[in-house]
Amino acid sequence: MQHPAFEEVTVHQHHADDATFKKKVRKTTILLSVITVIELAIGLSIYTLHKGENPSALLILMFKGMVCILTLAKAYYIVSVFMHLGDEIRNMIMTIVVPLMLFVWFIAAFIWDGNSYKNLRNKYDQHFKETTMPAKHRPADTTEVKKSGKE
Amino acid sequence: MSTTATTHQTKWWSGGKSPFNLEYGKLMMWYFLMSDAFTFGAFLISYGSIRFSQNFWPDPNVVFNAFPGAGHANLPLAFVSVMTFILIISSVTMVLAVHAGHNGDKRGVMKWLAWTIVGGLAFLGCQAWEWHHLITGQHAVLADGAIEMIGQTTRTNPWGDLVHNTSAITAALNNSSHETLVHLAHEYPREGTAASLDALEKMTNGQLAGMVDVAHAHIREKGPIAFGGYFYGITGFHGFHVFSGVIINTIMLLMTQKNVFQNRGHYLMIEKAGLYWHFVDLVWVFVFLCFYLI
Repeated sequence: MQHPAFEEVTVHQHHADDATFKKKVRKTTILLSVITVIELAIGLSIYTLHKGENPSALLILMFKGMVCILTLAKAYYIVSVFMHLGDEIRNMIMTIVVPLMLFVWFIAAFIWDGNSYKNLRNKYDQHFKETTMPAKHRPADTTEVKKSGKE
Repeated sequence: MSTTATTHQTKWWSGGKSPFNLEYGKLMMWYFLMSDAFTFGAFLISYGSIRFSQNFWPDPNVVFNAFPGAGHANLPLAFVSVMTFILIISSVTMVLAVHAGHNGDKRGVMKWLAWTIVGGLAFLGCQAWEWHHLITGQHAVLADGAIEMIGQTTRTNPWGDLVHNTSAITAALNNSSHETLVHLAHEYPREGTAASLDALEKMTNGQLAGMVDVAHAHIREKGPIAFGGYFYGITGFHGFHVFSGVIINTIMLLMTQKNVFQNRGHYLMIEKAGLYWHFVDLVWVFVFLCFYLI
């Protein structure tokens, strides 16, 4: 089918019939809503864990990891269904997706850097450590602080 | 897709055909959005980097727990989930507007575009309320041996660690301003000492200090200042995208109404506006993750 306005553009593959289209949109909407509700449930679980006496750092980290994965799933559905990127030609998809791979390095490097800065400051800047470390991680009696403690 | 792509693949690059089988404007919109994704990504990654460099970072559930009309009720995540659903729904109405455009259905395009604009405005309204609430809400913090009341701005952050040392708070009450003490004695009175604001205003600092229920006043230390700059900067930048999206959609609505697309023979412009609007929703998914969930 020739496109009415641009003769160099030939097809618009995602012209599905109305029934299929509506079904797909409804399915995606429900999916996005369900994922959001799960994310909220996990967010509230993290809140409850934080309020508890001894929150398990590992469990909280796992919950946060799950939310990140669910967010990526949401992003995938928005881009591929709502923005129809999934219906485009593969080469075109790659010109968008391949540059985005830069984010893998981008996120890892900068989070790593921030974390390393924190560790260095805690090691060499006692004032920073004493004034910013949350009370839970502070020794109860400050006269007994050992210099070797890496807390 | 795959069949058309493979049969024409070689010919498409020899001229006369679009290699990506896309019109120029739509392709460029995609590349713009990709660059915008890097802008947002850089902001969010910078936020992550600073957050990882701190020993303490406020728990979002403590910061964002208010709901319009609910007073001081503790409702973590409630309002932001409303905002998230508003954007998801407005994304769906935009999909329907684009689809109506494919069918050349002018009334359908106008109806769904109008709903998308309503969703965008509702989101902006929610954000305005949230910002106003955070900036003007005063919270008691213990700093330099005195209690002061501060809001969440780009220079102050009242969401530090909870102070458990009640004797430090009691000592700090004696150094605090009359206004702060009146507020605390009013909000957190010891049992049996509740009094009207007028009566409290007339009392001395010493009297007021004795009336504050120190154990229940939830007094915190000052939190990391960077929080405010990143929160207002990034949600503001996103809000600006929503705002410009609303403007673009309004222009599209007016153009549709004036039969511009009808006369042109296609509604491809709606498709490009749609891409932009979905991108705004996409970015919110990540802002929601970084500021409210983790």
